[in-house]
Amino acid sequence: MTITFAREEIQQTIKMIHEENLDIRTITMGISLLDCVTEDINSLERKIYDKVVKKASHLVTVGEQISSRYGIPIINKRVSVTPIAIAAAHLSSEGMVRIAKALDRAANELGINFIGGFSALVQKGFTEGDLALIDAIPQALSETNFVCSSVNIGTTKAGINMDAVKRMGEVILNCAQKTSAQDGIGAAKLVVFCNAPEDNPFMAGAFHGVGEPDCVINVGVSGPGVVAKVVKEFPDADFGELSNLIKQTAFKITRMGELIGRAASKALQVPFGIVDLSLAPTPAIGDSVAEILENMGLERCGTHGTTAALALLNDAVKKGGAMASSHVGGLSGAFIPVSEDAGMVKAVEVGALDLDKLEAMTCVCSVGLDMIAVPGDVSSETISAIIADEAAIGMINKKTTAVRIIPAIGKKAGERVEFGGLLGGAPVMNVHPFSSKTFINRGGRIPAPITSLSN
Amino acid sequence: MTMIREESGRAIITVIGRDQIGIIAWVATKLAEYNVNILDISQTILKEFFTMIMVVDLKSSTLELVELANTLEQEGLNKGLQVKVQHEDIFTYMHRI
Repeated sequence: MTITFAREEIQQTIKMIHEENLDIRTITMGISLLDCVTEDINSLERKIYDKVVKKASHLVTVGEQISSRYGIPIINKRVSVTPIAIAAAHLSSEGMVRIAKALDRAANELGINFIGGFSALVQKGFTEGDLALIDAIPQALSETNFVCSSVNIGTTKAGINMDAVKRMGEVILNCAQKTSAQDGIGAAKLVVFCNAPEDNPFMAGAFHGVGEPDCVINVGVSGPGVVAKVVKEFPDADFGELSNLIKQTAFKITRMGELIGRAASKALQVPFGIVDLSLAPTPAIGDSVAEILENMGLERCGTHGTTAALALLNDAVKKGGAMASSHVGGLSGAFIPVSEDAGMVKAVEVGALDLDKLEAMTCVCSVGLDMIAVPGDVSSETISAIIADEAAIGMINKKTTAVRIIPAIGKKAGERVEFGGLLGGAPVMNVHPFSSKTFINRGGRIPAPITSLSN
Repeated sequence: MTMIREESGRAIITVIGRDQIGIIAWVATKLAEYNVNILDISQTILKEFFTMIMVVDLKSSTLELVELANTLEQEGLNKGLQVKVQHEDIFTYMHRI
């Protein structure tokens, strides 16, 4: 028998976990609800609750065992389900709220952190079920604790459903109003997507797509702190070297996801789906994507050069991560949520980062305008227009984009909102004062784009 | 699939803390008590700071890895030592292609 590890390797792993916040952000079990479909709402509720609780009964225990076995924290255990607008397509919006509450009870019973899939896919148009679900979102999110919701309003192949974009502006505002006592946390549990992936383990946008197996394990890793550290250690590296350093680090981070995903899959006897190799920040100091960009040599995240720095980071993370895992999927890229990233919050506070720059940054990274608080007197049309801009970026660039924006009811730009935990807190950011109302009220669909003539 | 190897029963124990007499003796005694076989030890002291890395085989162990980890971590804390027991796969996956 040979001892195959250098002392430095063992120390590096331990340091990454204990000093640089390397962790597994989430093990997410995807569960299909298609076999629960039944007309009677009482039995539908029961079947959904029973299936989720049965399939995920060991998820939390197994997560904790694996975490101890390998000595790496697993922060969240989550469940995603088939979009409820599909699984419960015949229900009214009152019925949809009842299903949300059944999911919430299941999540509570299991001890998981979130359950995603109170969702609808409406890129090309609405079914009755889609409309009922969308109407139910504000009440469902304000009366549950664990349920997350998402609506896909556009794809590169279908274009953008602008009627849905208009409606989602109203829904987001309504969510924030209904949960204004908690700084609008309802809106923090709702994501509007273009090109939503069907195997995303991250919340609030996780749902279990209809092309997925009955049950699957997806894993999301996290490691901005580790990348920030390595970038800081090499201030003189040119961009080629910098990219290589990030690739090597991303490889190591993603390998942890692969290991944990395989271990969880084996222990739970559920097929392993994908590793989402995203760099997901947390509000913890040092676990920041903004800090990586600043360590590359920018005085503050948001200044000129930020988009280029982020493009390099995002690409290197994908290159390193893709080799580390046999199946990569989900959102896979660097996240730039504001409230969840202490460096982003600081950049906003000092005036280095605004909504327009964040929008530009989303052209080159995953996922979109994320966890951004805007003034409470914002109009629903302005929110819709922000969604439309972001969806256009996703549609044209053939990538996932999303908007998770929180109108801070009763607050103005510069004041703060606090959500606590992984969601963090953030300063309220300015939106443009000029109206987009007439544009948003046109209705209809933005046609799918041409994919040749690609300038 | 070739990436999944037969899982070994090996674990890595790391002990970090202020140097004191009897650290290795304590760990070795505990391991003998639980029938854990020591395969390799490396130890250094840097400015009174003790670091030990030990590779052990848990095949014949009377304790599960997680229980052993909890026991050593708790007793280590009382001695002012940070003790971790991790399955070797975490290091294999991270550092070996």
